[in-house]
Amino acid sequence: MSTSPTATGFDLDAAWRLHPQVSVRPERFGALLYHFGTRRLSFLKSPALLCVVRSLDSQPSARAACAAAGVTVAELPGYASALACLAASSMICCPAAKERQ
Amino acid sequence: MTAIARGRPNSLVQEFASGLDAPICLTWELTYACNLACIHCLSSSGRRDPGELSTAECKRVIDELERMQVFYVNIGGGEPTVRPDFWELVDYACTHHVGVKFSTNGLKITPAAASRLAASDYVDVQISLDGATADVNDAIRGPGSYQVALAAMRNLAAAGFSNFKISVVMTRHNVAQLDAFKEIADRFGAQLRITRLRPSGRGADVWDELHPTTGQQREIYDWLLAHGEHVLTGDSFFHLAGYGRELPGLNMCGAGRVVCLIDPVGDVYACPFAIHDAFLAGNVRGPGGFARVWRNSELFAELRRPQSRGACASCSAYDACHGGCMAAKFFTGLPLDGPDPECVRGFGMAALAEVGNSAVPRPAADHSHRGRQPVPVSIGRRPPDRACDQSPLAGHLPLAGR
Repeated sequence: MSTSPTATGFDLDAAWRLHPQVSVRPERFGALLYHFGTRRLSFLKSPALLCVVRSLDSQPSARAACAAAGVTVAELPGYASALACLAASSMICCPAAKERQ
Repeated sequence: MTAIARGRPNSLVQEFASGLDAPICLTWELTYACNLACIHCLSSSGRRDPGELSTAECKRVIDELERMQVFYVNIGGGEPTVRPDFWELVDYACTHHVGVKFSTNGLKITPAAASRLAASDYVDVQISLDGATADVNDAIRGPGSYQVALAAMRNLAAAGFSNFKISVVMTRHNVAQLDAFKEIADRFGAQLRITRLRPSGRGADVWDELHPTTGQQREIYDWLLAHGEHVLTGDSFFHLAGYGRELPGLNMCGAGRVVCLIDPVGDVYACPFAIHDAFLAGNVRGPGGFARVWRNSELFAELRRPQSRGACASCSAYDACHGGCMAAKFFTGLPLDGPDPECVRGFGMAALAEVGNSAVPRPAADHSHRGRQPVPVSIGRRPPDRACDQSPLAGHLPLAGR
C-alpha cells in the first residue's frame, strides 16, 4: 500500500494531483472515487470538495486549489483533513513522489 | 470503504438508500454451470442455462457499464472461468475501464493463468474457501475442493499476485477457524473476506443446520471489531451492528440502491441473494438495456423509497441494523418489515418459530446438478438447447498463449 501522511502532516503548500489510477464519478452529494490499483472506494461528501480535487492538477498547491474553489480560510482546516484522508488512501498524490516510484 | 467526512455522519447512507443513477458495483453471474455442487450455493448452480447471454450480449452490457461509470463488477456464477469466453470478457471489461473482481473455486487458476492475472491492475481474484481444513471445507464444497483452492492460492502467490482475496462463507462449522483462515491469508499474502451465509438458493435447504449460533454471531462480531479494515466483509454483517458498534464499511442494505445482480440469462435482481420473481427488476435484453432497468424499474423505485420499520419500529437497535437482510428474511418466510432471522436481540428467532413451512418461498431458478453431485462434463461455445449436466472441465485449454 502507500505511505500515509497524517491529518496534521498534510502539506497544503505542496503540489498534489489526482492519482492516475483513480476514477471520479460525480454524484449529487459530491462524488465517488475508485482507485484501480488499491481497489478501494472513497466518497467525496460535497460538490465543493469535488471542485477542489478536480482543480488540484492545474493548481500549484492544495492551498491554491482550495482558494480557486472558493474555500474560505475558516473552512480550510476541514478541507485539509479531507485531503489528508485522500492522500492516506493514495487517491491523491504528489507528482514528484509519483515520479520517484 | 472509506468515507471522507464532510457533512452529517449519516447523510451518505441516506443518499445511498435513496439510490444512485448507476450502481457503485454489481454482481454478475456469468454462468450457472459449475463443476462443484456446494450445498449452500446461493444461485443453485450446476447446469448451464440454454438462455445464457452470448459473448456479444455480454460485451454490450460491459459497454453500458462503462457509459454508466460502474467502477467494477464482481463476476461469479456458477464457476465463471468455465465459460470459453471468460478471459475475453475480462479483457474486454478492463480495456473499457470496468474493473473485474471474480470469484472462483480455483479450478482454472493454473500457474500460467496466475501469471497473467498478476500482470493486470484491473483484475482481482477471490478464491472461495469454506473451511480452514479440508474436512470442514469439503463437507460444504465437495471432495477435493480444498486442495484445488489451495493449489490456486499457491499459484497466485508464486506469480506475485499480492492481496488476492480468500472468500469464506461463515457457518456453524468454521467460526472457530477464523484465526486459522487469517493465517492462511497471511501465508499467501492474501486478504481474508468473510461473508454471511444466506438462506438463498440451495442455502435455503441447509441454513437451519449451518447458520452460526447466537454465541457464534457474537464471536464473529467481536472478531471483526478486533480486525478492523484488514478483513473484508462485503458489508454483509451489518445486522450485527445491533450489538452496539458499527462494523467497518457501509452499514446498510444496498440492494437495488447501490448494487444489484445480473444473472447468466440477463435477469436483473435487487441483489445476488434474492434470485426470486419478487426481486426481479427486468432483463438486460429488454429495450433500454441494463440502464433502463436500473433507472426505471418499479421494484427498484420501491426499494429506494423510505422503508417501513414494521415490527422493528420500537426497537432501539433499528438505526444500527436497519432491520437486517431482506433476502435472509424473505427466504426464511419472515415479513420484510420485521426482524432479520439472525436479529441479535433474538426477535428473529421468535418470529421464525411462528412461520409454517408452507409460508417459506422457494428460490426461483434451480440449476443444480441432478443428484446434487459434482459432474465432469464440458461446456462449449454454443449454449445447450436445454439445461443439461454439461461438464465445465472438458475442453479445458491450457491458458498459456491464449
